[in-house]
Amino acid sequence: MNRAILYLFLMVLFFVPFVGYAGEANLEVNTPAITNLKQSMQARHAQLAANYENGAVGFTTDGLLAMRDASAVSLAQRQVVNSLISAENQDRNALYREIARANNHPEWEKEIRATFGQRWIKLAKSGWWYQSENGSWVQK
Amino acid sequence: MKKNFSYTSLSVLFGMFLSACVTINIYFPAAAAEKAADKIIGEVWQLEENEELDDQ
Repeated sequence: MNRAILYLFLMVLFFVPFVGYAGEANLEVNTPAITNLKQSMQARHAQLAANYENGAVGFTTDGLLAMRDASAVSLAQRQVVNSLISAENQDRNALYREIARANNHPEWEKEIRATFGQRWIKLAKSGWWYQSENGSWVQK
Repeated sequence: MKKNFSYTSLSVLFGMFLSACVTINIYFPAAAAEKAADKIIGEVWQLEENEELDDQ
């Protein structure tokens, strides 16, 4: 019986470093995939910023973009704005997935998306539009 | 032989219990995620440069 207790004690010692390590969390965001997505989004931002300003495009709570007021852009421009939104949303979805994957926790994607959803809005300039929890549009 | 079996099953159970503890301990690092999000958004929107310009 003593041997069993000793054995269990050794197992506890073996697992202690892992428990300690799990407590210190820092997210890995420097992978080639994430860098590519950032560059792609950065290049698109100049075009999108004008649509944030005029209220055509707003931020949703799930960290994406949506057409808020299509009448803010000309009919000819509407298709361009729609494809900008869908390209940006594709990159954003990929970004959240990649960050979760880069940190070996694919299941964190949802939380990462929610965090980004809040931070895009928090860092948005005043005058830009975002969707509140109940779905209505609010101007910052 | 029977004794060996009980030691083995006991240690397997204990190992499972410990891994469960480790798994529970890996919580979502909310503060780190926020920091990472701010960094990425700052780069995509090029916010740092604007803030530096504002300071000048």
